Amino acid sequence: MSLPDVLAGIIFLALNAYALLGGADFGGGVWDLMARGPRKERQRELIADAIGPVWEANHVWLILAVVLLFTAFPPAFARLGTLLHIPLSLVLIGIVLRGSAFTFWRYGSHGDEEQRHWGVTFAVASLITPLLLGTTAGAIAAGAVGDGGATREGFYGTYVAPWLTPFTLSVGLFALIAFAFLAAVYLTFEASERELREDFRRRALGAGVALFVAAALALFLSRAHAPLVRDALIFAAWAVPLHLLTGAAALAALAALWFRRWRLARVAAAAQVSLILWGWALSQHPYILPPDLTIAAAAAPAVTLRLALGALALGAVVLLPSLYYLFRVFKGSRRPVVPHDA
Amino acid sequence: MPDLLAARSQMGVSLAFHIVFAVIGIAMPLMMVVAERRWQVTGHAIYLDLAKRWAKGTAILFAVGAVSGTVLSFELGLLWPGFMQFAGAIIGMPFSLEGFAFFTEAIFLGIYLYGWDRISRRAHLWAGVAVAVSGAASGVFVVIANAWMNAPTGFDLVTGQAVNVDPIAAMGNAAALSQTLHMTLAAYAATGFAVAGIHASLLLKDPANAFHRRALGIALLVGGPAAVLQPISGDLSARHLAVHQPVKLAAAEALFRTRAGAPLSLGGWPDMAARQTRFAVEIPYGLSLLAFHDPRAEVLGLDAVSPDEWPNVPAVHLSFQVMVALGTYLAVVALWAGCLAWRRADLAHQRWLMRAIALATPLGFLAVEAGWMVTELGRQPWVIYGVLKTRDAVTPMPGLVVPFLTFTLLYCFLGVIVVWLLYRQIIRSPAVPEWRGFYMPGGGKRDAGGQA
Ligand code: HDD
Ligand code: HEM
Ligand code: HEM
Repeated sequence: MSLPDVLAGIIFLALNAYALLGGADFGGGVWDLMARGPRKERQRELIADAIGPVWEANHVWLILAVVLLFTAFPPAFARLGTLLHIPLSLVLIGIVLRGSAFTFWRYGSHGDEEQRHWGVTFAVASLITPLLLGTTAGAIAAGAVGDGGATREGFYGTYVAPWLTPFTLSVGLFALIAFAFLAAVYLTFEASERELREDFRRRALGAGVALFVAAALALFLSRAHAPLVRDALIFAAWAVPLHLLTGAAALAALAALWFRRWRLARVAAAAQVSLILWGWALSQHPYILPPDLTIAAAAAPAVTLRLALGALALGAVVLLPSLYYLFRVFKGSRRPVVPHDA
Repeated sequence: MPDLLAARSQMGVSLAFHIVFAVIGIAMPLMMVVAERRWQVTGHAIYLDLAKRWAKGTAILFAVGAVSGTVLSFELGLLWPGFMQFAGAIIGMPFSLEGFAFFTEAIFLGIYLYGWDRISRRAHLWAGVAVAVSGAASGVFVVIANAWMNAPTGFDLVTGQAVNVDPIAAMGNAAALSQTLHMTLAAYAATGFAVAGIHASLLLKDPANAFHRRALGIALLVGGPAAVLQPISGDLSARHLAVHQPVKLAAAEALFRTRAGAPLSLGGWPDMAARQTRFAVEIPYGLSLLAFHDPRAEVLGLDAVSPDEWPNVPAVHLSFQVMVALGTYLAVVALWAGCLAWRRADLAHQRWLMRAIALATPLGFLAVEAGWMVTELGRQPWVIYGVLKTRDAVTPMPGLVVPFLTFTLLYCFLGVIVVWLLYRQIIRSPAVPEWRGFYMPGGGKRDAGGQA
């Protein structure tokens, strides 16, 4: 594996972490929007409590991916910013609204009408942002960010049409459902009351089934719109083992939910979504932006890559224990509360 | 609106918005930690209350800082793909380090804000320290990236391409030290005075309120020394400019002609047609003295380069004057308060001092904005000084006025809401009757678990 490959892999790993953690925060917003039944308010409380302490940290995975991308692969970053200006700007608006609305909602005054407006803004932004993020990812897979050259004409043809296709939208839908699925699975684990658990178990099972449908739809549409990725996903040597693994993880997640093995469900669902992401990454290797820009061609000089790798190693020494601590404090088994004079 | 202007305006608006929250994110954690530490040492619950109230405000501001910063990191590619393509490999390094600093900051902020009842007191204080340190570090790293745009090094330019890239040398660029020092001090000065100002205006109505008295003390402790040091560090910046970015200094001083023994112009308006600065108060030899510490030194004027390489002189000059005037004011007020405190006067009853501090509430932030206008506008028409023109860095996408207006509206909306939320918190705080006239006799172990 070459140095550029290693860095591309790390960037993708950061995106993977963002999908599993930040994605679930978005998914939480979706369930906030769809909260109903007698425990509506308690569902919302659970979601907010689950997101509160960690969303900033979860969000930084995206930033890490972005800064590493422009450090290690500047031409790819420049091209993404140019051709996907519109969807990325919309993603940003979604991120801004979601993050700030969540905080205003949590920290504003409590229990009034205004509070609920922020809740709604948070939830709607949580719905739209994953759709657009998925669409952007779909556009990359479909080769829309390739060097289209003279084939693109006019504003619409250059800046809109490439990323607005049935395939990209189906990937958007897939991302939305995947995030909602993850969130529901995690919430079954975090809820401390039985009824709330059951609420989210039902939602998780539903989302898990919907995820199958969305994946099938995206695969079907990829025939016409993303041939490169599709061919690899079907014919490459790694394709069959990967599909088997993904399928096994998916079934394990659903079975674990069914039998109420919450911890196992969490692991299996995370594995399922990660495997799907890595399937995408492998299928477009060695291209960073198919169909023409390879990882090697987009890479910054070796010295930059080596330094970035060094910084990553150094950062990991600080970060991983800190992250572990954060999740242990807030996401571990529910320890008795320590009063602060302890 | 031309696309280039729209892109520049969008970048400017985004940065001007973000910098407010960034500055607060650097300095507020320090103040929270000081308050919490005092609580732990003295046992006075008032400090705990203070730390918690500040933390609550900081949580709101930090979230807005995080999302607006995210917008910025994308905007580098959305608006300036040419710049990023050229510069990414060279200055990606500080940005990556900044990424790690953000990570640490976000992790420990989560622990700090939500962990009051979950971890030990000592661990909680250390979480606060980690937030304060990583906040300052992230500011330093990003300013190093900006300093490189002003004083690019660490590569060779061969037919428009950067070769022999050396990211470490790029980080050690000539502007890095003066800019990071000046920016970090600015963060403490601006935030310290903003917080001090708010509490001072409340003390004007109620000088006995112990809550505001303690808050004022801590805010001045953080803001005061920084404000006194700021003119000295600004002088360092100006001397850097004189050597490395003479056009920016000439624009800041509205010095049209190169001359030895150049005077310092205070105020005045650059008349671009006549190429001279009107209505300025001139201090003979002042500029030569400031820039080179030698009254006879020659200072380059705008005539050293052709007019199409001039920045917008009136804007840069005005911004510079505003920053220096505000900086002088803050330093004087800080010294005044320092003298009184040294003589053990009761600051809260010094009505004129309280008025002066109250007036200073927004001034540090204005100085920060003005200073960045000097730096960024003064670098034009270059995005990388002497290497890449801004117009060659902009995205080819047309219609940029639409995103510019959209993001501007979004920021206006957010700004109004943040101000409103904070205002509600602040008007609520003096109504805390339990702290009125509460002078806290020493030693009393009044611990407060409540007030969550
Ligand atoms: C509280 C804020 C504040 C205060 C009181 C001052 N400044 Fe400042 N100044 C900044 C906040 C700032 C800043 C916003 O932080 C800048 C923008 C870029 C930078 O590094 O710092 C800046 C830039 C800046 C520059 C341009 C540096 C460059 O482009 O590399 C100069 C020459 C000065 N300042 C000089 C001064 C002087 C002589 C001051 C005397 C009173 C002063 N500043 C007070
Ligand atoms: C480290 C930090 C910064 C980086 C990397 C950065 C980068 C850039 C870039 C790439 C541009 C566009 C090209 C140009 O017009 O020069 C720009 C413009 C601009 N930036 Fe900065 N900037 C930084 C800090 C700031 C801050 C903190 C502010 C403001 C408060 C600021 C204010 C502006 C303004 C006003 C413009 C528009 C320039 C113009 O209209 O001439 N910058 N910056
Ligand atoms: C001189 C200018 C700048 C300073 C001093 C500064 C400093 C900071 C600080 C202290 C934070 C912590 C969050 C907060 O306090 O609200 C922050 C957040 C952030 N900044 Fe800036 N920043 C500057 C300019 C920029 C620029 C030009 C970029 C883009 C490349 C950027 C990207 C970010 C990002 C992505 C975050 C969010 C981090 C998180 O989620 O915690 N900043 N900035």
